[in-house]
Parts: sequence; structure tokens; C-alpha cells
Amino acid sequence: MMMKWRGWALATGVLATSALAQAAPPSAAMLSNACAGCHGTNGGSAGPSMPSLASQSKEAIVEAMKKFKSGERPATVMSRLAKGYSDAEITAMAEFFSKQKLHATSQTLDKAKIAKGASLQDSNCGRCHIEDGKEGKDDTPVMASQWLPYLQMQMAEYQSGKRKMPEKMAEKVKPLSGDDLEALLHFYASVK
Amino acid sequence: MTLDRRSFLKLVGAGAGAVGLPLIGQAAELMPKSGKRVVVVGGGYGGTIAAKYVRMMDKSIEVVLIERNDHFVSCPFSNLYLGGLLPDLNTLTIKYDKLAANHGVKVVQAEVTGIDPAAKVVTTSKGTLSYDRLVLSPGIDFRLDEMKGYDDAAMEVMPHAWKAGPQTVLLRKQLEAMKPGGNVVISIPLAPFRCPPGPYERASMVAMYLKQHKPGSKVIVLDANPDIVSKKGLFLKGWKKHYDAIIDYRPAKKVTEVDTGKMAVMIEGLEEVQGAVINVIPPQKAGHIAHAAGLVGADKKWCPVNPTTFESTLHKDIHVIGDSSIAGAMPKSGYSANSEAKVCATNIVALMNGKEVTEMSAINTCYSFLSAKEAVSVTGVYKVNAEKQAIEGVAGSVAVSPDLSEVEAIYAESWLRNILTEMST
Ligand SMILES: Cc1cc2nc3c(=O)[nH]c(=O)nc-3n(C[C@H](O)[C@H](O)[C@H](O)COP(=O)(O)OP(=O)(O)OC[C@H]3O[C@@H](n4cnc5c(N)ncnc54)[C@H](O)[C@@H]3O)c2cc1C
Repeated sequence: MMMKWRGWALATGVLATSALAQAAPPSAAMLSNACAGCHGTNGGSAGPSMPSLASQSKEAIVEAMKKFKSGERPATVMSRLAKGYSDAEITAMAEFFSKQKLHATSQTLDKAKIAKGASLQDSNCGRCHIEDGKEGKDDTPVMASQWLPYLQMQMAEYQSGKRKMPEKMAEKVKPLSGDDLEALLHFYASVK
Repeated sequence: MTLDRRSFLKLVGAGAGAVGLPLIGQAAELMPKSGKRVVVVGGGYGGTIAAKYVRMMDKSIEVVLIERNDHFVSCPFSNLYLGGLLPDLNTLTIKYDKLAANHGVKVVQAEVTGIDPAAKVVTTSKGTLSYDRLVLSPGIDFRLDEMKGYDDAAMEVMPHAWKAGPQTVLLRKQLEAMKPGGNVVISIPLAPFRCPPGPYERASMVAMYLKQHKPGSKVIVLDANPDIVSKKGLFLKGWKKHYDAIIDYRPAKKVTEVDTGKMAVMIEGLEEVQGAVINVIPPQKAGHIAHAAGLVGADKKWCPVNPTTFESTLHKDIHVIGDSSIAGAMPKSGYSANSEAKVCATNIVALMNGKEVTEMSAINTCYSFLSAKEAVSVTGVYKVNAEKQAIEGVAGSVAVSPDLSEVEAIYAESWLRNILTEMST
């Protein structure tokens, strides 16, 4: 029964034809789903050091990927993986993730720090991290609901000089204390 | 024992349609099929994701996931448990209730014993199930005929711990109980096997444990391969840094026989190596069920598939993903299985809706720990080379870490949380 069918299929080449069926180029979803093994389904991360991509700004993702590719932004696996994609594919993935619902993380945050951060954010960061960090001007990344440990790791890289701050950001960050910055990160992580 | 339906029917002495069969010959239909149905076999790294993504992409398709256990224990990070970095396997264990509730995947706990590709029916320990398309992600089984003396009883003495769970716990208990000064033997089979860097990560984690708890003890690594198979430079660097006097690495030593009485392994009848604890990682092949269903290719080990859809080249409407499949340049890793599952699900949904299939794009990222705080990784983006009809790594993306890295150890933990959350919610 089973062997007969198989023999017939091999003889007539039915399987061979289906194997060579025409395929469309990888869709945005096809490209992006592969990222979810680290960044979570639809880019909603469950791992505290891994950024959520869901609802991230398209421009910010494109910018980050370009810098990973060129080596301008320090990274581990991303500087290698980014090299696997064309600019068009990167744009498609960025658009895919930008359209996903904001991933609300449930993490333990400090209420006093959130309040302090809230008071600092508007005048210091609000011009670019607009809408309480739910949106970003141009290629400014969305900060809302991001994992605190991820934000802290990135801030540490900025401060060590490994990751280069945009000029406008450097100006704003300079006068802020370590506590101020920590409070701001708690605030952004808390925005839902 | 796994049997396909034909041999099964032969065994009970009747052909299809015969009357007066003994009860056992008429396995009852478990769930009658009304609409479109995908059956997935194996609730591990590949199967859970295939089931979930088919449902995410098309709610009109019924998805039944069949898994023999009521939970799944991750092999990734199980070496850290052996090294003493995790108290138990709880953080590596997932259940299926949320996957079922969130996506409407129907989860059946049963052993799949046979597949009839012509009738499109799977036989399980609980009854039969019809399918329109079948996805197999059964992981690996062992080629025990190439390892004399290594049977079920021997596994309880010399654990493989290459499927996470009781075997992993047994190996850790043996390490803990070992007298200081005793040697641990780890045998590595010829590639390809599940998780190319896995055995070397294991050697690192066991060495770390010995360094802390068993002064004078060593790890003797007997590798059937001519050299370290994956991340060679990084493992050598880490071993030199941390375990110089502890890891005794011996290439081209193929273990072919075990003797539990003597607590020794034999290398091609030439050499005998004894150990206080012996971890035999046997040569591997696709899961038994893939063999029983006639899905294994000329190599008699793994399943050839169409690289775009992961449909078997031997049987129509059956897709094989994960360790069991021959996925070109993609390594047999959990991340690969995850990524292949999504490619497969996307194209199954397309095929079932009469739409054009989509070219595959997949990723592998696989971390290995060298010490409590340092890890390294290998990455790759994979696509189909249209001319060769084979999966290849995209130039530049397939590479290893430049050095041992503490940041990568932190990322590795988040990777695990994300991938297990993907599989279980
Ligand atoms: C020590 C070790 C460390 C590893 N570390 C990593 C790592 O860090 N990163 C990484 O990406 N990969 C890692 N891997 C590899 C990874 O575990 C496998 O590649 C992955 O599990 C393959 O997925 P799969 O779906 O093919 O099989 P599995 O995940 O093994 O799932 C198969 C499932 O099918 C079920 N099953 C099989 N047959 C039947 C049947 N007949 N009926 C019912 N159910 C059945 C099994 O019970 C099992 O649950 C590691 C492996 C090992 C051994």
C-alpha cells in the first residue's frame, strides 16, 4: 500500500516537482519570525537582557541593524546576524516589528525612582523620546515597557564609551547624576 | 517498539478491512476529523513551535500535538545543571497547558507507534488520528548497534544524558557521589549529532564541577571525531584558562563497546579506558518513529526534506523538522528546530490554502558555557540556494564569538527564557 504509492510517486516524479515548486521571496513575517527565538513571539521579549522589538520604531531598528552590520554599535551575536540580511530585508523586518502591539513587561520596579524619573523625563529627554518614551523622534528608539536590565546594560555601554551617544543625547545626559539616569530608566520601563 | 501500520497489521495477522480482528487491531479513532487538520508529533523544540505557529497563522486549521510525556525538559542549559549552576531542572521544564489555552492547540499525551502515509493516519497508544498534513519533530534516537553492550540497563550505569530528564539527574548524582580523584569519561560520537558544541560544553561544565568539588579528578574526553567539532578555538582557550590540568582531550578515539562490570569503554577493540563515572554519548539517528514510517534516507540515519517546506522527499504531506531532518548547513540545535518549525508552519498554511509557498529564512544562535560566568556563541542566517536546492548559511552571518564573554552568558539566559516561553505560551 504505502510502498506502492511511494514507488509510483518516485517513478512519476510527483515528489520531485513539488520539491521544486516556485516560492515567493521571504515575507516580512518569514524573516522576522526567526528572530523570535531570542526576542520572543512577535518581538515581545520574556528575557530581561533581551530587548522587546514589538512596537519599536521602524527607523530605530533599521539604524541599529545598520550599525550592528558596520560594527559601529558594539554587540555580540547581532554584529554577526545582521550581516545575513540585505537592507531591504532589514527594512521589512523593522516594519514588521514596528506594527506589533507594545509588549507590556511585568517586572519589579522602584516606585520612588519611577516618580523621580517621571519628573526628569519631560525636560531632559522628552524632545526625542516623545509620549513618555512610547514613541521616538526620527530614529530615536521607543523606550516604553522595555526591560530594565536591558536599559541598564545599554546605559552602561553608553557611559563606558563603547556605544556612542548621539550628540543631542550626550548634551542632555552630561549634567544628570547616576541616580537621575537610573530613575529615568525605571520610569521608561514602567510606561505601558 | 514502533511499528508502521503495515507491519502492525501483519503482526496481528490481518489486512486492512478484515473482519473479526482482535480488539488490538482496531485501534479506535481518537478524535474524528471534520475540517482541515495538522497533526504534530513531538512536543519539544520543533513540535511546540510548529503547532503554535500554524494556529497563529490560520485558526481554521485544527492542530493536534502528540507528545509521550506530560512535560518537556530542555537539553539546552542541562549542562549547567550538571556543573552545579542550577539546583534542579525546574527552570528547564515546560508544560503544555498555556500553549493549549492560548492557541487552541489540542495536546494529546500518547506514544505515536505508527504512520500510514497513504491513508494519512497516525497510530498512537491511545487510538488513531487522521491528518491532512503531519509534522514530525521527534528529536533523536540512538544507533545502539554501533555501541556493543550499551542497552537500557547499561544506560542506568553509564548515562547518556543526551535527552534531558532522569538521565541528566542520574549523571549529576553520579558526579556528586564520586570519590575525589576519580576520573569522568565522556565519549563523543562521530558527527552529525544533536548539538555540535554540546559535548564540549558538557566537558567544560563537568570540569568546573570537579575543580570545585573533587580535587584530583579529571575529565577524559574520548572524541570519535578527528578534532573538536564546533567552536574549537574558543573551547581550547577556555579549557586552557580554567581546566588545564583537568580536561584530557583525546581526538580520534571512537568508543565502540561498553563494559559496565569493569566500568570501562573500549575503543575499536584496541584500547580500554576506565572511569569512575562514564557518560556515553552514543551515535545518533532520527527518532524511531521516522524510521518506522519510512522517512529515513539512503544514509539510514536522517530524513531528507524539501528545504523550502520541510516536506519529506519520501512521503507526501509529511514534514520533518528539528534534529531528525537533514536541513543542509543548519546544525542540529534547539534554535534551528524552532526556526525550521516556523518555516514549515508558514508553508503548510500556504499549501493548505492553495497559496504559493515562501522561500525560507531561518536563524541559528547557539550558546555554550565555558565557566559559571562566560559563554560563547555560534550564529548563522540560513537561506535556500536555489540552484543547489540546499540550505546554506548566508556569508558573514555564520561565525563564532571573538572571545569568551560575560555579556554573552547574560544574553544566553535571556535566550533560554525567550525560547522556552515561545514554546510554552
Ligand atoms: C546537552 C545538550 C545541550 C544542548 N544545548 C543547546 C543549546 O544551548 N542551544 C540549542 O539551540 N540547542 C541545544 N541542544 C540541542 C537541542 O536540545 C535539540 O537540537 C532540540 O531539542 C531538537 O528539537 P527537536 O524538536 O528535534 O527534538 P526534541 O526537542 O527532543 O523534541 C522531541 C520530542 O518528541 C517526543 N517524541 C519523540 N518520539 C515520539 C513518539 N513516537 N511519540 C510521542 N512523542 C515522541 C519526545 O518525547 C520529545 O519531547 C542541546 C542538546 C544537548 C543534548
